[in-house]
Order: sequence, then structure tokens, then C-alpha cells
Amino acid sequence: MRVIDKRLQVGRRGFLATGAATAAGVGAVASGGVIIGADGAWALNVSTLSPDAASTMLQMARDIFPHDALDDSYYARAIEPYDQQAGEDADLHSLIEEGTAALNGKAQERHGASYAEIESEDDRVGLLHEIENSALFKKLRGDLVVSLYNQPEVWQRLGYEGPSASQGGYIDRGFDDLNWL
Amino acid sequence: MAAPFDLNDDGVVVIVGSGAGGGTLGNELAQQGIDTVILEAGGRHEIHDFVNDEWGMFGQISWLDMRTTSGSWRVARDFPNLPAWIVKAVGGSTVHWAGASLRFQPHEFRVLTEYGAVHGANLLDWPLTLEELEPYYDRAEDKMGVTGTHGIPRLPGNNNYKVMAAGADRLGYTRYHTGNMAINSENRDGRSSCLQIGFCFQGCQSGAKWSTLYAEIPKGEDTGHLEVRPQSQVLQIEHDDAGKVTGVVYADAEGNQHRQKARAICVAGNSIETPRLLLNSASAKFPDGLANGSGQVGRNYMRHMTGSVYAVFDQPVNMYRGTTMAGIIQDESINDPARGFVGGYEMETLSLGVPFMAAFLDPGAWGRDFTWAMDRYDHMAGMWLVGEDMPQESNAVALHPEIKDQYGLPVPDVRFDDHQNDIKMRQHAFRQGAAVYEAAGALKTYRTPPYPSTHNLGTCRMSERPEDGVVNKWGRAHDVPNLFVSDGSQFTTGGAENPTLTIVTLAIRQAEHIRREMAAGNL
Repeated sequence: MRVIDKRLQVGRRGFLATGAATAAGVGAVASGGVIIGADGAWALNVSTLSPDAASTMLQMARDIFPHDALDDSYYARAIEPYDQQAGEDADLHSLIEEGTAALNGKAQERHGASYAEIESEDDRVGLLHEIENSALFKKLRGDLVVSLYNQPEVWQRLGYEGPSASQGGYIDRGFDDLNWL
Repeated sequence: MAAPFDLNDDGVVVIVGSGAGGGTLGNELAQQGIDTVILEAGGRHEIHDFVNDEWGMFGQISWLDMRTTSGSWRVARDFPNLPAWIVKAVGGSTVHWAGASLRFQPHEFRVLTEYGAVHGANLLDWPLTLEELEPYYDRAEDKMGVTGTHGIPRLPGNNNYKVMAAGADRLGYTRYHTGNMAINSENRDGRSSCLQIGFCFQGCQSGAKWSTLYAEIPKGEDTGHLEVRPQSQVLQIEHDDAGKVTGVVYADAEGNQHRQKARAICVAGNSIETPRLLLNSASAKFPDGLANGSGQVGRNYMRHMTGSVYAVFDQPVNMYRGTTMAGIIQDESINDPARGFVGGYEMETLSLGVPFMAAFLDPGAWGRDFTWAMDRYDHMAGMWLVGEDMPQESNAVALHPEIKDQYGLPVPDVRFDDHQNDIKMRQHAFRQGAAVYEAAGALKTYRTPPYPSTHNLGTCRMSERPEDGVVNKWGRAHDVPNLFVSDGSQFTTGGAENPTLTIVTLAIRQAEHIRREMAAGNL
């Protein structure tokens, strides 16, 4: 049967993903208004949100929907629109800044590190469970359903081919090619 | 006089809505030479406007106007302003439907007699029988090109179907096949055969799937007796001192209001907007809403017992390839109270793309359990469970006491509580659905709660006696002689089957009734 190659291809930015970028949490460094992936392959620019808030949101996104096969760039793309939105919506701006500051406060108290710097995923997820009824968590989780999973590049990594009509449907492309039963 | 028709032409039949009921009725009336105006709230999006994009098409065609929910159903928590997943466009929900076209079973027209009184359920026998409907079911199936009927070959089964069929076979089920689908398995009626594109819910780009948008309405328009006005939302039905309806007030795309006069009015706005329109048309003469002498307008709202089972296998399935509803198991659709509930349910394959799967697999979920499944999307198979739910008087579409729409009219609130019978049936269906996939070798199965309602039924139900329901066996209002209901709102009870075929069947029959009554001078 025709199966989908879910491995990352040479991407649009012309880099090859390395294992290091995937499993170890957000490998990002913040500098000024820019958060740069540890592998240098992506950057998240923020002008209205603080770099701390943005990098916390990025790690939260990763921990809410953790896919080891997705590097941080996909999560960064999902988070990026908040920067512009927060510039136009003061309520959203304070929701993000205050919500991430509160989470980082808890993180410092429990683990002596900011949320994104806590090494253990279990420890981070434990903190998320404590705030899962908060407005910020609900908004981020709800938005990610679309902002993460509606990325065509993500579809391919999960094995979904997307539009088919332009290719004549699946009638000659494996709609009934299952042969392992 | 040929279409378009004048606002003051009081000889036209006005139909509100252009979906399975309204679109079919419009064509059927036009074919009989009856001048008809369809007022459709949504826009006209033709096949070339469709795209294979789940959220993109959701935004383009869904009914997203403000609605509220109440009651204990999980949809009220997960999707508080989206009680129903239906279409606001020419063609109505026949644009996004999956195509399953099943006849009701004989006993499903007489459930009070067959099941007896069920505590808390407002059961009633239909005022008609399967025998009476059979000739019209024949015509509907022929019109729609339903596979497995009238010598029309069934569709080939896709990968998702193969998995379900293998499990069904190993479990000892015998009544499983690729369905009775209003999707062309060969070129028919000027439309092509199915290309297995998938994306049935996003509008069929090959036109293989029957929809009133391109399979009924253009034929009606060709007669010169049918005019369709898109982006025309009906706000109120008006009547005269004698209690006969005289016309409707509607708002056009710019919000300008018009009054279209009418000889008769047929309401087919789906089971939320239809009762809402009758309730919003209350007057001094009809203080509780039009045609609501029984108090049943908006009540007995049914949505089918639903749920889904998804399963992950160690080998790839790629369930999204090909038709969304690619096959069915019917063994559980019988009424067998020994299972602990009355009525039955169908098991039908279903697939969602990654965007919708993320939203619907387990609304509100997060973390590694959820992403474990999403990581194995290409190894997933899926089925939808759809069964008869119990009509309850308290499950109702009502006018919201405070929230108003852009025209200043109360928005609808949809209240729903599962009946104990619904809950027991869902538990049974979840168990059996999981067993099917386990028999096929599933690593893990998921019980997915109901989506926003796609089958909305019963809010203007048919009854023999005027005190029990809103319309008679022809869909004609008990209280208002020239007012009809022409959609799934008429259903006295819901049956286990996807409702579109029965809605189309009733519309064909209603069109004949209207012609006869006009000829007899009664309308």
C-alpha cells in the first residue's frame, strides 16, 4: 500500500532537522525581541510581548500538544500571531503577560527556575495541570487546536495528505490499497 | 408568469430554506408548473467554490449565527455556541452531508405501539406508515441515485471500510456493506461517478454526491417556475384575520427588509431555525407562536444518539482516502429491548482530516495521551454511531430571553438532556464499536463524544391529533391551512437512520399534496 513518509523533508528554510531539536523541550535562546531556535533554524520575533512571555508560551504550547516528531518551529508559528494580536488587544496582552508571569512565579517557587527552564517535562506538566482552568491555558489550548493542527506541514508529519481533488482524488491513488488484514 | 417573481405576487408558494426539504420541494413544485420562490438565508456557493480545506469550508458554509445551548449534553460544554453543525448556503446541509440514504424500518413509524410508553419520553406513532411512503422512497432513491437500490451498483469500499468490515466479520455481524449512498457509483443524471476525493463534508468537487444545490435547484430553475433568492433571511411569517398566512418579511444581504406575498408557505429551515421562525412570528392571534396551538413547536428536539469510535492499528489505514461514510454495519439497528434499551443504531465509517480530528477526537483534551493518537493519525480507522433517540418535551429549541441577532430578533437556545435510553444505547454502541476494531486488531480504541448535531429533528412534529403535534401527515400545520413544514422538524420520531432520504421522500409527497389541494381549490 502507498504509505506517507512522515519524516521531515528538507524544509522550506533549507535545513535538515536534527534529533536535538525535537525531544528536549524548547531549545531556544532569547535575545532582545527575538527568540531563536537552538539549531538556528527558526526565529520568533516579538515586538509587543516580552521575550519571557513568548518563550513561556512556546514551551506551554509544546507541553500541551507534545509531538516529538515536530521541532519547535511549528509551535513558534502557532504562537507568533499572539504578538500582533496583543498589540491590538490590551486585554489579551495582559492575559498573556500576567498569565505567564504567574506560571513563572509558580515555577520559581517549586523548581527554582522559570517554566521554560524546568528540565523535567513531568514537572512542567504538573504545573500546567494546576492552571488548566485558567483563562490563559484555555485560550492557548483552544487556539492551538487550529494554529498547530491546521498547518499543512504538520499534516504531513502526522501522515495526512490534505487536498486531493487537484490530484484526481484517491480513486487511483490508494483509497482501497490496504492489504494487511 | 416566469421567474423572477414580483414581491406582490400572491400566487407563489414561498419556501424558506433550500436544503434536502426545501430544495427538493422547490424543484418538485416547479416541475408541476407551480410558481415557487425559495428564500435562502445563506449564499450561493457553486461546486467551483469548494476547496479541500476543513476549516476553510467550515467558515464558508456553516451556520455560525449566534445560538446558545443549555441542558446537560456535552456539546453545551465543548461547543456552547455551536449546537448544530449544519449549513447556511443554497443547498443547505445537502452541501456537506455524507450521503447515507437509508429507509426507516417499519416499526420506526409506530414506536409508541412497538416500544410502549417509555418513562420521560414523549413517544408517538407517526400518522403514516412505511407502506404509504414506499412509492415516494422509490422516487427519492431514483432521484438521488442511491447505491444498492434500483439496480445501482454499490460503491467500492475504501481502507476505512475494509478495517470495519474485517472486524464486523470476525465479530459475527452479517449485515455490513458499503452502504446505500446518494453518491454516484457510475455516471448518472448528468453527474460523474465518485473519484474517492474524500472531503465529502467540504462539498463534493466532482458532483458525484447528490445535493439540491446542483441536482435539484437548477432543474427547477430551468422550468421558469422556480426562483431562488440567496442571502434572504426570513424574519417573520405574516397572516390575515382569518388565520391564513399571507407572506413573509425577509432581510436581504444588505439588511434591507422586503415583504414577499405568498399563496402558501413551506418552512424548511432545519429543526432549529424552523421552530424559531414560527415562535418569532407570534401575533395577537397566535400569541404562543404560529401553528403552536399544541404548545409543541420547538419541543421534542431530537439529534440522534451519536458517538464515534476511532481506533489505532499497528499498520497504516489512511482512512481519509475516499468517501467519508464508506460503509455500514446494520446488525444493531433492530429493536431488541434485551440489550437494555429500545430502538437501534447504525455503525457507519467516518473519517476526519487532521484539523477536525484535533478538534473533535476528545474536545478539551491535551497532553501525551492525546498526541499519541494524533501521531498515529495515518494508522487510525473510524466509525460513527447513530441511533434513535427519545423525544422529550423538555428538549427544546426556545427563544433566548435576552440575546438578540442583528435584526433584533431573539436567538435560539437549544436545550438537550440525554434520556436514559440514549445513554444506555450509546454505552452499548461504544462497546460494540470498540469490539469491531479490537476484532480487527486495534492497539487502542477511543470513544469520541457527540459532535455538534448534524441530524436535527422533531421540533414541529407530525401527529394524527392536533393536540399532539404541529403538522399533519402531509406536513401541513394543524392550525394554519396554508402553512407547511418541509424539513426534518416534521419527524414524529427519529428512527436509527440518517434522515435526509426520508426528508426528501416527504418533500416529494408534500409537493403532490400541494398540487392536488391547489387543484381542488383548498389552497
